[in-house]
Amino acid sequence: MLDTDFFRRWMTVTAASVDREADRLTALDSPIGDADHGSNLRRGFTAVTAALEEESPETPGAVLTLAGRRLISTVGGASGPLYGTLLRRTGKALGDAAEVDERLFAEALRAGVDAVMQLGGAAPGDKTMIDALVPAVDRLADGFGAARSAAEQGAEATTPMLARKGRASYLGERSIGHQDPGATSSALLIAALAEAEGK
Amino acid sequence: MSNREPVGVVLVSHSAQVAEAVAELARALAGGGTSVPVAAAGGTEDGGLGTSADLIAAAAASVDRGAGVAVLADLGSAVLTVKALLAEGDELPDTARLVDAPFVEGAVAAVVTSAAGADLDAVEAAAGEAYTYRKV
Repeated sequence: MLDTDFFRRWMTVTAASVDREADRLTALDSPIGDADHGSNLRRGFTAVTAALEEESPETPGAVLTLAGRRLISTVGGASGPLYGTLLRRTGKALGDAAEVDERLFAEALRAGVDAVMQLGGAAPGDKTMIDALVPAVDRLADGFGAARSAAEQGAEATTPMLARKGRASYLGERSIGHQDPGATSSALLIAALAEAEGK
Repeated sequence: MSNREPVGVVLVSHSAQVAEAVAELARALAGGGTSVPVAAAGGTEDGGLGTSADLIAAAAASVDRGAGVAVLADLGSAVLTVKALLAEGDELPDTARLVDAPFVEGAVAAVVTSAAGADLDAVEAAAGEAYTYRKV
């Protein structure tokens, strides 16, 4: 079972790894984006950590809906509404249970990923965060470690793809050969699940 | 028709200057002194380029006279942030609607149409029609 503390750890571990990897995310965002992905996500997850301390949400669903709301408010770039929607929709799907089992969490995260696809209009293969998230959700039944590997492989697999969404899509074929920053940060989010579980 | 409350218009851009300038242009082309409430929500709260959910929510609240709010956005995170706020359910006025329109031409069409006393459906249609004005 996954309790409220687990979901708090998921967010704080994500915040720490986004902070650690911010320069790499921004570097990936420089050739095909506007070079703000790392700094935007760092600002967002720093605000999430602060909000979780201030408001002390008491259920897994409340942790994720609060985190999502803060991301939408504070990021300032497209990753705000996208990650915000991912976490909010996942949180809403968890309801107000004090603990959730892994199967319910997998279903909820899938609902969150579906909401992101609907919001951004991206499908697998478009060189976006979806390319890390969908494989991760597909492997979640095999544990967080398997989901993490799937997300990391999915992020790496975006390198040869042609971007079809977002600013990178303006570059057309010049977007080929760069790993997508959104898929890379999504892999960090999924990797944080495995790390939060081990703590 | 003209004695109803006007539809409000919110202009969301990555740039505060773009949003303000388009608002000014649309007001001027609607005949200056228009009573249509138009609010710009451009850039981030610290004055940088980007999108602020809080500025958008405040702008929408400020132009809501009960007749509906037409929200126009430029691109990328501006569009996604408006959509995410609408999906939240409680962040924007109930009658707020993201209008699918070119930013500048759509804003002018929306404000002019609202100034003529039209309802939200007509404002939305006029703004969207701006896509069909070919220049060549």
